[in-house]
Amino acid sequence: MKKEFKVIADLLPKNVRVLDVGCGDGSLMSLLIKEKNIQARGLELVEENVKKCIYKGLSVIEGNAETELHQFPNQSFDFVILSQTLQAFYNPEKVLKDLLRVGKSVIISIPNFGYWKVRTKLLFFGKMPVTKTLPNTWYNTPNLHMCTIKDLFDFCLEKNIKINKVVGVNEDKTSEIKKSNLEMKNLFSKLGIFLLS
Amino acid sequence: MDEKLKNIKKLNVSKPLLLDCKQTVKDFSLAYETYGKLNESKDNAILVFHALTGDQFVSGVNPITKREGWWVTAVGPGKAIDTNKYFVICANVIGGCMGSWGPKEIDKKTNEPYGLNFPVITIRDIVKAQETLLDYLGIKKLLCATGGSMGGMQLLQFCATFPNRTFSAVPIACSTSHSAQNIALNELARQAIMADPVWDKGRYLKKNVQPKNGLAVARMVGHISYLSEKGMQEKFGRKLQEKADYEFSFDADFQVESYLRHQGFTFVERFDANSVLYITRAMDYFDLARQFKGGLVEAFKDQKTKFLVISFSSDWLYTTKENKDTVIALNASGADVSFAEIKTDKGHDSFLVNEPEFLKTLKGFIDSMYLKFKNEKRI
Repeated sequence: MKKEFKVIADLLPKNVRVLDVGCGDGSLMSLLIKEKNIQARGLELVEENVKKCIYKGLSVIEGNAETELHQFPNQSFDFVILSQTLQAFYNPEKVLKDLLRVGKSVIISIPNFGYWKVRTKLLFFGKMPVTKTLPNTWYNTPNLHMCTIKDLFDFCLEKNIKINKVVGVNEDKTSEIKKSNLEMKNLFSKLGIFLLS
Repeated sequence: MDEKLKNIKKLNVSKPLLLDCKQTVKDFSLAYETYGKLNESKDNAILVFHALTGDQFVSGVNPITKREGWWVTAVGPGKAIDTNKYFVICANVIGGCMGSWGPKEIDKKTNEPYGLNFPVITIRDIVKAQETLLDYLGIKKLLCATGGSMGGMQLLQFCATFPNRTFSAVPIACSTSHSAQNIALNELARQAIMADPVWDKGRYLKKNVQPKNGLAVARMVGHISYLSEKGMQEKFGRKLQEKADYEFSFDADFQVESYLRHQGFTFVERFDANSVLYITRAMDYFDLARQFKGGLVEAFKDQKTKFLVISFSSDWLYTTKENKDTVIALNASGADVSFAEIKTDKGHDSFLVNEPEFLKTLKGFIDSMYLKFKNEKRI
């Protein structure tokens, strides 16, 4: 999902310190270093990905975000990024709190369970939706806590988390999501990207 | 053996060195070896710190023991630390017995081997002595410094005492202080040596003997701690040593016994018992946080060095948790740190044996750092 990375890069100023939680093979970090001269660090669970990052000369720590974010001091990064993993944690609320502690701002992207195709699959076929952004079936999905853009929006309001910006992504199109267009965007965005603080 | 030691590389350190025990020493020798060539821009130097029973002969054939260097799996032409590309330096620690100033050297005051008159040294003393070698070789900034076990502890000390003297650092299977379990195991090794009547309060060299039995037991203790329970079970199980049945005696019936005895008795051929006492003591005294008022955060502050900490999943001597604590401390100081745990059954010894995943990681990191170091210098 290159578009997602592009949106995230656009949200970031130059020369800041960023922690990419669940950084995978380091593609996003490489992009941010190249385009924004960002000081990037990664946290990654999968050993194979950790090595890929190391070979590229990227700084990465092998570890589990669910249990190991405590090692980072308060507000030690300007931005913490969590790309499409919030729904896979046992306790997303705790992880989100930790992200907001470690980073001055947090960028979270989620696959939107409120996207119309997801909704219709459940409605018309009566089966758990399998789509491009949600490719797994119910029994092997890592996603424990699926949510919609609207869910996360409401959650932030409820928990007094400041929403600075929300961007909806559908293929190559992006649009800003506000309270006024939330219902529509929740239906037509495949992905939601939140900038929180 | 001492005759043979005359032909190895030695630096006479003339600069006075104030030891942690408050004694000052000067004009002592530091034995070292180098591999590969230092390039013109002097940016391809890698310093290796050896572990407890290691020495300066990292690669190739050790000219004294005629055995392979202790890290041939990782260092050499075409290896993870490629000596066709990099200039590798390693010095024998002071307190050691491969040519550096140690308890078996002659004390000029008495004209006899030091024995227990040798001062109790620390990891910091060891590291300070080695830094003089970099000055001598004309290396302002290393590309990388690395070491496993006690070598890793020296490396962490080196980074804290001489910040930014190396562009990158790979501490392997080590910690920022010695744990109670590790002190206990070292004490077992020391007691084994001191219980040997030949040891004679460290004066055995005057009679030209070694407390071989005690020293061999000390080595056996060490060897058990370098393997993992699973690795040992798989390698030896209950297999008997070249016999069909028990002999109803105390000979080495089991392969594992035979292995330990072999390790113990080959070790006494090449190592000095008093050196084991002094070096294990230095390891036990190692506590980086204790040296700095602000603890580890202070120890690693303002580090520009890029760290890669590596641990092994089955290492129970320097556990993954202890290695992660180092990572946490580096993170808390804002240092640039990576961390990887290698999944293996080979225990603490994993960094010395052929462990492909480890070697690939080491190579990948150092090669990428070389590019970065060159780039940085260009800017």
